[in-house]
Amino acid sequence: MMLFESTLLLTYLTAAVRLATPIGLAALGGVLSERSGVFNIALEGMMLSGALAGVLGSHYLGGPWAGLLVAMISGALVGVLLAYLSVSLGANQIVSGVAINLFALGITTFLARILLRPAGIEQVPAFQPVALPLLHRIPVLGPVVFGQGPLVYLMLLAAPVLTVFVFRTPWGLALRAIGEHPRAADTAGINVNLVRYAAVTASGLLAGAAGAFLSLSHLNLFTENMSAGRGFIALAAVIFGKWHPLGAIGAAFLFGAADAFQLLVQTFDLGIPYQLPVMLPYVLALLAMGGLVGRSAAPAAAGTPYRAEEA
Amino acid sequence: MTLRLAATRLIPVWAVLAALMLGMLLVRLAGANPFVAYSELLRGAFADLFGFSTTLVKTTPLLFAGLGVAVALRAGLFNIGAEGQIYLGGLGATLVGVYLHGLPPVVHIPLTLFAGALAGGLWALLPIVLRVTRGVNEVITTLLMNYIGFFLVSWVVSGPLMEPGAPYPYSRALDPATNLPVLIPATDAHAGILIALFLALLLHLLFARTAYGFQLRAVGANPMASAYAGMNVRVTLVAAMVLGGALAGVAGAVEVTGLKHRLFEGFSPGYGYDAIVVAFLSNGQPLGVVAMSFFFGALRSGANIMQRSLGVPVAIVFAIQGLAVIFLAAGLAIQRRSLVLELLRARLKGGATTDAHVEAARHDAF
Repeated sequence: MMLFESTLLLTYLTAAVRLATPIGLAALGGVLSERSGVFNIALEGMMLSGALAGVLGSHYLGGPWAGLLVAMISGALVGVLLAYLSVSLGANQIVSGVAINLFALGITTFLARILLRPAGIEQVPAFQPVALPLLHRIPVLGPVVFGQGPLVYLMLLAAPVLTVFVFRTPWGLALRAIGEHPRAADTAGINVNLVRYAAVTASGLLAGAAGAFLSLSHLNLFTENMSAGRGFIALAAVIFGKWHPLGAIGAAFLFGAADAFQLLVQTFDLGIPYQLPVMLPYVLALLAMGGLVGRSAAPAAAGTPYRAEEA
Repeated sequence: MTLRLAATRLIPVWAVLAALMLGMLLVRLAGANPFVAYSELLRGAFADLFGFSTTLVKTTPLLFAGLGVAVALRAGLFNIGAEGQIYLGGLGATLVGVYLHGLPPVVHIPLTLFAGALAGGLWALLPIVLRVTRGVNEVITTLLMNYIGFFLVSWVVSGPLMEPGAPYPYSRALDPATNLPVLIPATDAHAGILIALFLALLLHLLFARTAYGFQLRAVGANPMASAYAGMNVRVTLVAAMVLGGALAGVAGAVEVTGLKHRLFEGFSPGYGYDAIVVAFLSNGQPLGVVAMSFFFGALRSGANIMQRSLGVPVAIVFAIQGLAVIFLAAGLAIQRRSLVLELLRARLKGGATTDAHVEAARHDAF
């Protein structure tokens, strides 16, 4: 009985880490983008485009790594579109993001119908778990964290790397300066719009990878609207994590744990209708935003375009 | 300036046209002739009574929910939660329709619609309260509420309200006294569209002719100045969002009482998201919402025919809608930028333009 319970716990925790991964990857992208002063509602659309591109890449270019690359490129392209609209043109960032999400949902559904089904593409080669030598022997932590797929390691690696990048490098300083006070950053010789382009594009790379995780790490296929609001949960994770890479990852683990709980309920048929635990991550994200977020935490210039010539 | 104003008004039209042009490329990608496809779409939406009634049926929820997004937009709020509010509205109406019996239609119909409005309004309440009390961005919270609303309905119709023995989740039938009158005999077209048009007219008058309409716009354009002028900004914001949620809620209620007469799992095929497109493209103007929801209703109705006869997936409509809003955002931004630059130049030359003019131009529309 003890053995069963501990296996159950391990299964649960493993699922929690797995389900936290797409949210965490996208949330890291959100941190970069919002630190530079661009709200990125489009994370959802980036993720969805990455999920489809990943399947196509894996099928046509020979395997999940190629799929991941294509997914990241596709997410980055969506990022360039968002940057063009909100940075170059100075369009409303929320309207741009919402528009991109609507377009991404439409175009991926459309393309999936004409590209996947007629070509008979369903399950594609996907990532397999890789147990890290030595590390996976650590009790509990080993199997839960170090017996996962490569993208889980990517997220775990990206979080501290981005933390150092954002808080300990001149590039990170430029990023934060632009998000707080673009005019001062401009005066100090930083190219505001260039950095914003880079940050939004990088967030697309990460959200695209998150999409590849959805389609290439578990189901190994693309389904319509498969991101199912995870991009928005990632945004909540950005805010809940106070725009800090490690905080965002922490929040992602929390939401992943809630998501894993609904899997658990469904698997063991505890007599609870599945819809109630499925709501949990969304409810938790809502509570996290409502209950615990300080007013002043967001980068001061987030949401406003910057134009040097209008000074 | 009037010429420029006219050009600004036309931006949504240009945006839709540009999106339709790119849509032709997508049609080509799906292996069909774009001209044949679009004429098929038009034919499907208008050519016969069935097509036209389907267009009306699809227009109705878009119009209600589009008004719901537009009201919030007037006050500078983004109600991205219309989809969830539609689900709650459907649920509210169903409760009144399933549990109450023996009422005459003149009482029962308004009661179901009111229940839908109430439920939709309540669903919008939490996000706006979080916004005005804690400064939480309403975009993400309304989005999250959509998913919760969807699963709430899914649970209710597969549990407490489920028709016994149903093959898939749907509720028991509503009392026949809740059924909206049929508009065109032998079709699905129901009187919901008339109620929607009436509400659009009412909102138009509210916005154009009343102090509340002015206050909404003032708060949307400049909350600080409005507060300084003695308006209660928080109350105005809450009222606008709740009114918006109520309108979207009626969309759900009318879907149930006018069309399906039961509550189905996943009964809204994304009307709440289309409503955002409709409201943005009409810049929050109720009469614009009428035109845009009719256009996109026709697109949805015709696309079904196009899919059946030419194999072009219906999802092309969603791609076109997304593109239209992308072009709209771009067009407005370009327009605003040239206006701001022009005003700045005028100021440099020592004209009557003030910083306030420039600021106003910068924050115009969205």
